[in-house]
Amino acid sequence: MTTKLFGDPIPRVEDDRLLRGDGQYLDDLGNDALEVAMVRSPHAHARIVDIDVDAALDVDGLVAIYTWDDLDGPMAEPLPLLIPHPTLTHARTPYALAKDEVNHVGEAIAMVVATDRYVAEDAAGRISVTYDPLPPVVGIAAARAATDLVHADVPGNVAARMRQSNGDADAAIEAAPHRLSLDLDIERSASTPLEGRGVLARWDTESGRLRVWSSTQTSTGLRAAIAARLQLDLGQVDVIVPDVGGGFGVKIVHPWPEEVLVAMAARALGRPVKFTEDRREHFIAAAHERGQAHHVEVGFDDEGRMLGLSVRFWHDNGAYIPYGLIVPIVTSTQLLGPYKPGAYTVEFESLYTNTVLVTPYRGAGRVHAAFVMERTVDAIAAELGLDRTVVREANFIQPDEMPYDHGLMFQDGKPLRYDSGDFPASLDKLKKLVGWDEFAAYRDEARAEGRRVGIGLACYVEGTGVGPYEGGHVHIETSGRVKVATGLTTQGQGHQTVFAQIVADELGVPFEDVEVVTGDTRRFPYAVGTFASRAAVMSGSAVALAARRARAKALRIAADALEASEDDLEIVDGIVRVRGAPESQIALGTVAVLSNPLRYAFDEASKAATQFAVGDPTKPPVPEGDEPGLEGRDYYSPNQSTFANGMHAAVVETDPDTAEIRILRYCVVHDCGPMINPRIVEGQIHGGVGQGVGGALYERMAYDEYGQLLNASFMDFLMPYVTEVPEAIEIDHLETPSPLNPLGIKGLGEAGIIPSSAVFAAAIENAEGFPIRSMPISPSELFALRREFGRDGA
Amino acid sequence: MSETTYAIRLRVNGVAYDLDVPARRLLSDALRHDLGLTGTHVGCEHGVCGACTVLLDGEPARSCLTLAVSVDGQEVTTVEGLTGSDGELGPVQQAFKDCHGLQCGFCTPGFLTTITAGLRDNPDPTRDDAREMVAGNLCRCTGYQNIVAAVLRAAELTRSTSPGDGAL
Repeated sequence: MTTKLFGDPIPRVEDDRLLRGDGQYLDDLGNDALEVAMVRSPHAHARIVDIDVDAALDVDGLVAIYTWDDLDGPMAEPLPLLIPHPTLTHARTPYALAKDEVNHVGEAIAMVVATDRYVAEDAAGRISVTYDPLPPVVGIAAARAATDLVHADVPGNVAARMRQSNGDADAAIEAAPHRLSLDLDIERSASTPLEGRGVLARWDTESGRLRVWSSTQTSTGLRAAIAARLQLDLGQVDVIVPDVGGGFGVKIVHPWPEEVLVAMAARALGRPVKFTEDRREHFIAAAHERGQAHHVEVGFDDEGRMLGLSVRFWHDNGAYIPYGLIVPIVTSTQLLGPYKPGAYTVEFESLYTNTVLVTPYRGAGRVHAAFVMERTVDAIAAELGLDRTVVREANFIQPDEMPYDHGLMFQDGKPLRYDSGDFPASLDKLKKLVGWDEFAAYRDEARAEGRRVGIGLACYVEGTGVGPYEGGHVHIETSGRVKVATGLTTQGQGHQTVFAQIVADELGVPFEDVEVVTGDTRRFPYAVGTFASRAAVMSGSAVALAARRARAKALRIAADALEASEDDLEIVDGIVRVRGAPESQIALGTVAVLSNPLRYAFDEASKAATQFAVGDPTKPPVPEGDEPGLEGRDYYSPNQSTFANGMHAAVVETDPDTAEIRILRYCVVHDCGPMINPRIVEGQIHGGVGQGVGGALYERMAYDEYGQLLNASFMDFLMPYVTEVPEAIEIDHLETPSPLNPLGIKGLGEAGIIPSSAVFAAAIENAEGFPIRSMPISPSELFALRREFGRDGA
Repeated sequence: MSETTYAIRLRVNGVAYDLDVPARRLLSDALRHDLGLTGTHVGCEHGVCGACTVLLDGEPARSCLTLAVSVDGQEVTTVEGLTGSDGELGPVQQAFKDCHGLQCGFCTPGFLTTITAGLRDNPDPTRDDAREMVAGNLCRCTGYQNIVAAVLRAAELTRSTSPGDGAL
């Protein structure tokens, strides 16, 4: 029998190429292309009075300069609002090049095209822009105060106001035996992949076609956006996603100004044009996330059961809101985690500020959600003097309540209905893994030595695999090799490996014979994109279904050729054979030949096929309802998201003098259903945890009152090195299958990062003995809190 | 007015190249765009992330902070030069594959060159040594767990490789 590959931690097929330096990232392409540099606003808020390009015109190697005045048709319109929502009453999106006002430092004003980037920057530096500065709005407090407005026609700086509820939370809180209110804040951070954005476009004058390569998380979305802006037919535009050096959410935004501008310039100039973002540009001209302020009111009983929960929060969406309300809607729904408060009300305002726009970053609203809910549960435990795990158990949705409907609408417009999970079992695993019950003794020992240690835990539920759909195409060639295509994109998740594992299992072919292509609209033109931990669920399911179609066709033709019943056939190592009579067999490649009634023979497979006769001689060679070729195409389109979940625990030590925070242990229990490749699952968790450490302890966007980003470099924005991450990440899995898809799988891409701010806040609070209500937290901030709470004596 | 250029000779992965470059041309750009050796990546352009690390006469250096004219006559080793003479993956490359030490792969070349030099200086690293060895390079995907494991695995593979064989 062919070994089952699903569940096998095999090494990745991607690696060989990448390890040799043979990867093809965006800036590795188009060495013949003209290069772009942008003139960007140095002001957070200003009117543009004049743009003077004269001094740039004599720079040797300059090819073109574009400002808003040079744009026409749809190019001159604001970029699209990608995800409208009825509550998003005041949506504002940027122009590709600023028209007469800039709303954040870094906003693009002019594009310079030159023979190389050095020359393009020379010319960009000579372009003189005259500004009339306007008062900047920076931070949630200033946005709420609305003394100044980001957009003159948006009252109160409010883009959207949204409320959802299930039951009368205010009445439940009022009637509850105990009540608490908390204010909880999360600061800005960002995806910051090691490779920034980039786009290359080639216009083929002879065929009238545009070919675009972009470091994007959606090939099909970008293709449609470019076609619309440039008024091309969809069929004239191909988008190809090369190797992508990390995405983490920021590259789902599309079209970026540079993507449409570079495509426009390539057509206008008849020469390939490339934009490669530099690091400072990525900080000030891509997208951020996280910044939210929350106010919680909760009422609970003596066991800590939440009877009513009311949450108001304020979301800083930056200068524009092209990606809509996804992040705050995710916060407002995923906040509930594994719990079932008696009544729940949530209300948020999405606010404009004169800062970089805000779009989903790995975790996407859930980091804040878990922080708010888990801090609330910990506060309840502290108020009642109960163990934190006991209060969680008292509030858990039980396994026999699945599927559990929260009575709210999720970010995809579908019901917030959990499909699977066993939260008590997960908590039990986590308690054992971290040694929860033994910690008090350890802490006492440490205290006796003058050390401060603390433990925290946090739970989350993550809606993954959101629709609307993905598709897959499986083509068995006459060589027997299998070509698989799916439209969504890859940024390091190992899709070529895991999708090949799925298809090899479904077809019964060797893993080495399966080759997967993602994110190329020439190979698969219908797709949504890679975000929201959806790729394995969506495209994994789609390629499985497509492979089943190809398999069914292969068995039908093979049964005819072998004069056997389909039910008696099996496929092993790419050979279709009769069970119990293996000498009666036919290679899949030969079946592929038979599937396509050709007039001409090209190869050995064609010759081998001549010994078999298939088809009904009384019918046409391609009967009605059939197609030539051994292929399968199918789509997976679920009615709702599938919900993964997990629980993390951390043990930290805080230095009594310096307030340095050291991570002693980090434990993860995770349930993403059956694992396709456990090695890749663990890698994703490791990466998420590492990024979570950054978000909890180091990373923030330090804007000053003028809207200048003070730490727009890797020198000052403190991404963790190996020295900052836990020395070991201890992982245990629970695999409760989802009933929603053919493989039972749930997403995991964001899992590692979601509970990090909550878990570290809890552990630090446990070590220090005073509440931690704002993250990230630096040693200086912890030191200041010690003074505030009178705990600064060691 | 066109820029003044300077004639330099670089030896990259054992091959000599004669180049005419402006004084301001970065070594990273010369390698990537003049020589087409795009395995060396540029992640931050200010020397922090380490993705662009190459070996200059065997020592790790940030090619994004190095002017090409300043390394005239020096031997440069890039990720492309870490592969064995028979085309097999070098021990550090193989260890990254064995240990799932990469995801998107963008930062990886800088880790590979750094570790190659590190293991030459310390062929038998402890776990702490392994962490120290990679503590100057940023990775956003892996959380470093499997990179540390790969350093130890690479040391093991290097020790089992006969002297003179492979890229070290």
